Amino acid sequence: MIIIGEKISVIAKKVREALANRDPKPLQELAMAQAKAGAHFIDVSIGPAEENGPELMDWAVKVVHEVVHKPLCLDTTNVKAMEAGLKAHNNQWGAPLVNSTSNEPERFPMMELAGKYNAKIIALTLGKGSIPADAEDRCVIASEIMARGMEYGVPMENIFLDPLILQIATMQDQGRQAIRAIKMFQQLNDPPMQTVVGLSNISNGAPKHVRPVINRNFLSMLLYEGLSAAIIDPLDKDMMDTVKTVEMILGKTMYAHSYLEM
Amino acid sequence: MALVIPKESYSGKIYEVQIGSGGKSVTIGGANALPFLSFEGVFPHKPAVALEIMDIAPTDWPETVQKAVSGASANPVSWAKFCQEQGADLVALRLLGTHPDQQNKSADEAARVAADVAAAIDVPLVILGSGQAEKDSQVLQAAAAATRGKNCAIGKAVEENYKTVAAAAMANDHKLIAMSQLDVNLAKQLNILLSQMGFAKEKIIMDPMSSALGYGLEYTYSVMERIRQAALLQNDPMMQTPIVCDIGLNVWKVKETIAPDAEMPEWGGLADRALAWEVISASGMLTAGADMLIMRHPGAAAKTKELIADLM
Repeated sequence: MIIIGEKISVIAKKVREALANRDPKPLQELAMAQAKAGAHFIDVSIGPAEENGPELMDWAVKVVHEVVHKPLCLDTTNVKAMEAGLKAHNNQWGAPLVNSTSNEPERFPMMELAGKYNAKIIALTLGKGSIPADAEDRCVIASEIMARGMEYGVPMENIFLDPLILQIATMQDQGRQAIRAIKMFQQLNDPPMQTVVGLSNISNGAPKHVRPVINRNFLSMLLYEGLSAAIIDPLDKDMMDTVKTVEMILGKTMYAHSYLEM
Repeated sequence: MALVIPKESYSGKIYEVQIGSGGKSVTIGGANALPFLSFEGVFPHKPAVALEIMDIAPTDWPETVQKAVSGASANPVSWAKFCQEQGADLVALRLLGTHPDQQNKSADEAARVAADVAAAIDVPLVILGSGQAEKDSQVLQAAAAATRGKNCAIGKAVEENYKTVAAAAMANDHKLIAMSQLDVNLAKQLNILLSQMGFAKEKIIMDPMSSALGYGLEYTYSVMERIRQAALLQNDPMMQTPIVCDIGLNVWKVKETIAPDAEMPEWGGLADRALAWEVISASGMLTAGADMLIMRHPGAAAKTKELIADLM
């Protein structure tokens, strides 16, 4: 599974302050720790960044790439900031991942950027108005997004369909619908479409001690259905052990007594 | 419609391991596709053929192979030179005389032999213990120190002695042969344990515990196939070490290499039959992914090298 390390997020106070003060150290430490723990992409979330968005993203991409030679997942709703990030990204370490587009018109330019910069892109199956009711709804939205990808010259293998993970505490059936969607998304193309989730949304609103249990078990079910990537905390050892164990049981990696230490 | 040959795409690559130094050094590995599928990947190095010698006379070997080395096998140095003249890519010295059930020679004595042999040849040297794990840790430590700077491959490190054998290889800049008991998971585990003690995985040569035709070759074949799939298709860094097959050890135990003409007339003459048996066993291991073979009969080794040249 492709691991997208989620720790550099504007939601975290430490990161928010570092971004505001242009202090590279906290970002670089988080990036290095996540890369060491096995992250394939490092998410760089700067939020909407309405002031100085492009300059902020340009700075963040460069300071992270100074210490980590991995592709980055550029996370902002600000289109200009996204483009600045794509320009600053060092593609020598792999193509960047745009986070994200959806079926909402204000997110279409993100797909256009992915085509222009030959980037990979996360596509949330979320349309105008209400949230998708079930897996079938998500597939309809996914098809529209895929058609738009073709229009903008984004190859299907560069699109990661995201079923939109909703909180189980208030919408219990949506967890099951997301699992079904992961299976159905893959059938929308040959070779199968890639899929991704923002995992921890599933347990939003649940008590703190319950959240990791829900997250890990949900992830193992998604992986069984063929999930390709997840935005998770690679520093969470229990989470990484779950990933390694499921991949081993599914035969994607070879068993050895020390497989958890690899 | 034009025929399109389906091609597998691989994500992994076998590590390149160099043994010896100078013009006669040997590098194995480097492939990024399953054996001999040259239309799918690159194979920068041919599989290498080592000829086996011992620190004692080969009185236990069947007559056919004993005769093939009889002019030289009285002492390890002349035997090693003979192997080099016969075109061996490497010489593999098995210190069988150190086995407690053989002559129980001391580690120091073995180390002297190893140093003498290393000094007498230009081709790289493989140093093997007698297979008695406890004694091998002493013997291989001494032999590794005595051949320091020669960039030998020493082994076999097994579950019971891997720490001391790997430490000896590490301290004296040798490559390491790590053997597990015919099991993919244990093979991976041993490589993990070696890396965790600081031994570079890029310096390991894996011995899956090879066999001979008629002696369980098909088990080794399956294990090697699975190892290569993990290495190349699943990009498993712990499975990407080159593979050595120590085949002479078992080939010369099967009935087809021993039974005299009179006993089995329908099998054909023993001399040709026995030689062919070692070549056939070698070819099976090559198609399963062997990067290095350790063989006994110089004639069989020469035929195997011809086969490799034809296949590459």
